[in-house]
Amino acid sequence: MLALIQATNDLKTIGDQVVQLIMPEVILTLFACAALVLDVMLPRGRKRPVAWLSLAGVGFALVSLGFLYFNITSEGKSRLGFFNMIVIDNYAVVFKLIFLIGAGLSILLSIRYLDEEGEQRGEYYSLILFSVVGMMFMASGVDLLTLFISLELMAISVYILVGYTKRDRRSNEASMKYFLLGAFSSGVLLYGISMIYGLTGSTNLANIAKALPIIISPAYEPLGQTVDLRYLVLMSMILMAAGMFFKVAAVPFHMWAPDAYEGAPTSTTAFMSVAVKAASFAMFGRLFLYGLPDLRDTLAGNADKNIPGLPGWAVLLGVIAAITIVWGNLAALTQNNTKRLLAYSSISHAGYTMLGLIAANETGYTGFILYLFIYTLMNLGVFGCIIALRRHGIQGDRMEDLNGLMKKAPWLTVMMTIFLLSLGGIPPTAGFIGKLYLFAGLIETGNPWLVRLAILAVLMSAVSLYYYIRFIRAMYIEPETEMQPVKLAPSLQTALAVAVLLVMLIGVYPQPLLRLTQKAAQAQGLKTHDYDQKKADEGEIERPPGAGTGR
Amino acid sequence: MIPLSWYLGLSALLFTIGAVGVFIKRNAITIFLCIELMLNAVNLTFVALSSYFGDMGGQLFVFIVMTVAAAEAAVGLAIIISIFRNRESLNVDEADSLKL
Repeated sequence: MLALIQATNDLKTIGDQVVQLIMPEVILTLFACAALVLDVMLPRGRKRPVAWLSLAGVGFALVSLGFLYFNITSEGKSRLGFFNMIVIDNYAVVFKLIFLIGAGLSILLSIRYLDEEGEQRGEYYSLILFSVVGMMFMASGVDLLTLFISLELMAISVYILVGYTKRDRRSNEASMKYFLLGAFSSGVLLYGISMIYGLTGSTNLANIAKALPIIISPAYEPLGQTVDLRYLVLMSMILMAAGMFFKVAAVPFHMWAPDAYEGAPTSTTAFMSVAVKAASFAMFGRLFLYGLPDLRDTLAGNADKNIPGLPGWAVLLGVIAAITIVWGNLAALTQNNTKRLLAYSSISHAGYTMLGLIAANETGYTGFILYLFIYTLMNLGVFGCIIALRRHGIQGDRMEDLNGLMKKAPWLTVMMTIFLLSLGGIPPTAGFIGKLYLFAGLIETGNPWLVRLAILAVLMSAVSLYYYIRFIRAMYIEPETEMQPVKLAPSLQTALAVAVLLVMLIGVYPQPLLRLTQKAAQAQGLKTHDYDQKKADEGEIERPPGAGTGR
Repeated sequence: MIPLSWYLGLSALLFTIGAVGVFIKRNAITIFLCIELMLNAVNLTFVALSSYFGDMGGQLFVFIVMTVAAAEAAVGLAIIISIFRNRESLNVDEADSLKL
């Protein structure tokens, strides 16, 4: 910041041109601090105004995000700021919209739930806001430094949120497991970052992307002698990918997710299953599509000198996505705790979302962003319904707690059904549109392996219907096991109504959202890649050698 | 002058010791210390590379990592204290009320 003032020597220019780029984050930070102060001023047991204040903060941030969109990015332009550390483009704006919607709905879901838990305190809301600030910088960061620090801002806030009910043994345990594995994964990610810094000499993603094609040539001669740096590049890529797989909970790095989701307070589970996942994917996309696009495909070898070609990250992601989809869905089949079941279901959804990154065409990228948007709404909805079941003396997270819900709360049951069908990808709900784009993106590539991956994903999403229908069966057919009535708080009703309306609306009339996400998918720097480029002249389609062609 | 490769080798070794420790140790605080060891190994890489390149970017990164590690330590120790209050044990194998 000091250097910035010296460089421009004009505070007004900074105020007008650069701070504008991070205005939503600035607003959220101010509101988060205000929430902390207000929390101390309010008497014990009357902390609800903090929730409304935080909600207002999210609202103002949305407005200022709207200004950013219409002033800068709506025409597909992008702007770099803060010494090329952050960028505002449609990709960032759409992801920020996802986080803000997720945070707003989560706050609405939490208000009554925290009363029920006897833990209504102001710092909960300010922690949500702080973690959203981190997420928003994750979506717009184009420097490894920004990405890392914003990832940690998000993660540390969420560690606290998971352990928020500190007298609950399960919450403690969930928080400890999440914290230890999360810190471990950031260590792994950081080692990958330090290696790529050592290889390219820069932490800026654009510079890294520029330097990589030179480094990955097997005959790279930096000081007069040939060195093959491809193994080191691959290792740093794998370390970074492993760190990101942890954050998005992809198999085999998913073991923290079921425990953390089950033990955390349900309102936190709702928040972390959508916003944290979307943010990690936003960073995943930035890192891999913006910083390492040349590592996607086979790293060319040299047949004359007996140097083999090495597989790039498309293969790695493809394998991980396949395992994630299969394992997530199979493990969900046998669960009896709804939160744990939804944790496995969210693992499999992470696998589906990854398909968009692999497809690497515009349909795939559109599906990637669209699906995260839709997933945010529908998953928050399902967790909202589970929160509604938490009432005096009933935890509400066992499958039996859903029994006979149709008789007790018909509207809640109908909404829950819509969210579940949407998660399963049944038309005319939004989930169908999202999955359609993801799978269509894969099939459009024409690569036989990717088409097989798409078929596997379709089959497994049919399997997933089994456990979503278990919910529906419990709600409609099973007799009631307890008679305690279900009452929905007004804030919860609002959140659920908004989510269900959006899910249905997007399912029936997706065009506005599609246009928005298509703009995001066309953001500069997200390099598309054609798997088919050499099919015509070589007659061989699988992973053609040669780096991808940028758009 | 000590060549760059020695620093990188040392930091790779420290990182491996930390990573292995995370998997074989059973006490939450020891695991946490192993994670700190991993982060500091990364810091060593950054400082060595940064002075090799003559580029300040790496050293800046070290400051950020140290700050983040401090924040993480504060939160992590708070979590570990709250789990100790409820269980009187720091053994991660005994933290099993969530089924695996």
